[in-house]
Amino acid sequence: MIYFNNVSKTYKDSIALDDITFTVTAGEFVSVVGHSGAGKTTLTKMILADENPSEGTVFFESINVHKLKNSDLTKLRRRIGVVFQDFKLLSNKTAYENIAFAMEVAGKTDEEIENDVPHVLDLVDLGNKILHFPNQLSGGEQQRLAIARAIINQPELIIADEPTGNLDPINTHEVVQILKKINDLGTTIILTTHNRGVIDSVGKRVITMENGKIIRDSKEGK
Amino acid sequence: MITELKRVIKAGFINFTRNGIVSWAAVLVVTITLSVITTIILLQAVLYFSLNLIKDKVDVTIYFNVGAPPERIMSLKESLLKLPEVASVSYTSDEEALALFRSRHENDYPTIQALDEIGENPLGAYLNVKAKEISQYESIANFLKGDNVLVSGSTNIIDKVNYHQNKLVIDRLSAIISGAQKLGFLITLLLIIISIIITFNTIRLTIFISKEEIGVMQLVGASKMRVRGPFMIEGAIYGIIATILTLIIFWPATAWVGRNMTGFLGIDMYDYYISNFFQIFVIILLSGILLGMISSFLAIRRYLNK
Repeated sequence: MIYFNNVSKTYKDSIALDDITFTVTAGEFVSVVGHSGAGKTTLTKMILADENPSEGTVFFESINVHKLKNSDLTKLRRRIGVVFQDFKLLSNKTAYENIAFAMEVAGKTDEEIENDVPHVLDLVDLGNKILHFPNQLSGGEQQRLAIARAIINQPELIIADEPTGNLDPINTHEVVQILKKINDLGTTIILTTHNRGVIDSVGKRVITMENGKIIRDSKEGK
Repeated sequence: MITELKRVIKAGFINFTRNGIVSWAAVLVVTITLSVITTIILLQAVLYFSLNLIKDKVDVTIYFNVGAPPERIMSLKESLLKLPEVASVSYTSDEEALALFRSRHENDYPTIQALDEIGENPLGAYLNVKAKEISQYESIANFLKGDNVLVSGSTNIIDKVNYHQNKLVIDRLSAIISGAQKLGFLITLLLIIISIIITFNTIRLTIFISKEEIGVMQLVGASKMRVRGPFMIEGAIYGIIATILTLIIFWPATAWVGRNMTGFLGIDMYDYYISNFFQIFVIILLSGILLGMISSFLAIRRYLNK
């Protein structure tokens, strides 16, 4: 599903990614682990074409994501759900509107929005907070809202970039469980983290990065 | 497409109400800009009124010899009226000229007595010619010098044309009027440019506050127009509210100016404001909406990266 071919990314005086090659097949749950600055976030940004590689290519199925026109890129991003460490919710929209916005841009009708939004908010246990603004929610609740937004359009891939970075252990556990459930339903997940506990509880494929390089790719967790 | 438009408009309205004080700050700045534009419109009216008053005072009078036949004078009047430069020609007969002279000098006893002693009317008839533009008097004067004026006349019935005495004054006035118009235009342009820059920067600031949201919207998969649309609607709302505020502010303001400064300005501002209200409303509304929308469109551009 995703193919990184000898991808490198260099900034003026530092190397973020150094000759990265790996493949993710559909339905996989891949954890990318490494210290801060190891290149995990740059890696996820490459898939979204939020960053351009200095060398190499990134394919999403048969599409070279960095060769896409703006309008096609928008379409591609609708096929990918994204969850960030800092949630990246729309601060002046309510929980309901945050989810509704993602559906609107995916071209869903008003009826579909009215039906699906309360349902997905119930799913992440925010059914009683639909009119709350993000700053009225706790960190864990905000992350659950972000996950709800990421899954609402039934994406083929979810990228979760340090989704538990700002959460306490209980909320971390909840978020991981939700992601595992989504994966069980067939959605491919790429999760980046620097938390060993998270990887252990996921127990699936782990790619370890250091200084922009992949130093280990183990198929069975740990 | 219609659903999309409806959502964009709704989002614009919601953003406007939720941005609270920031929205009202932007409205205030747009109101100031629109007030500058309205003031300029009113000042232009004063300027044009004054200039027209001056222009109206300029004319050329053709004095005829005593006893010049009225039909020949009338035929000259007809030919003058055919000239494209001529706005109007008024005829004063020799009797009328005498009556006017008498009424003007009714307290000047020696003059009246001298006039009575002559017995007959010493004054000739005259034509008063007004041109459409001050600069056109010269060509009218030249026309009168030409041979074609008195079609079949063997005797020149024209005594004198006062253009040549007035030439210096007319030329000077002409220069002052065109100078005043140019200066007025330049000041207008300058003030409008300054106001637009200030408004643009204020709106840019309101969008700067939302720059993270813009990035998030794009990551979620919103098209550029879907991100930009609500901001442009918000800009249009600034313009509409600012228009209403401006028109309300100028109501008592022009009434005050009308009551206290009509003598000085030569024109009743309140009358002018009321009688041209619809035109002013349209100009201000369009300026406000365009200013808001274009500023938003341009300001958001730098945050809409790939």
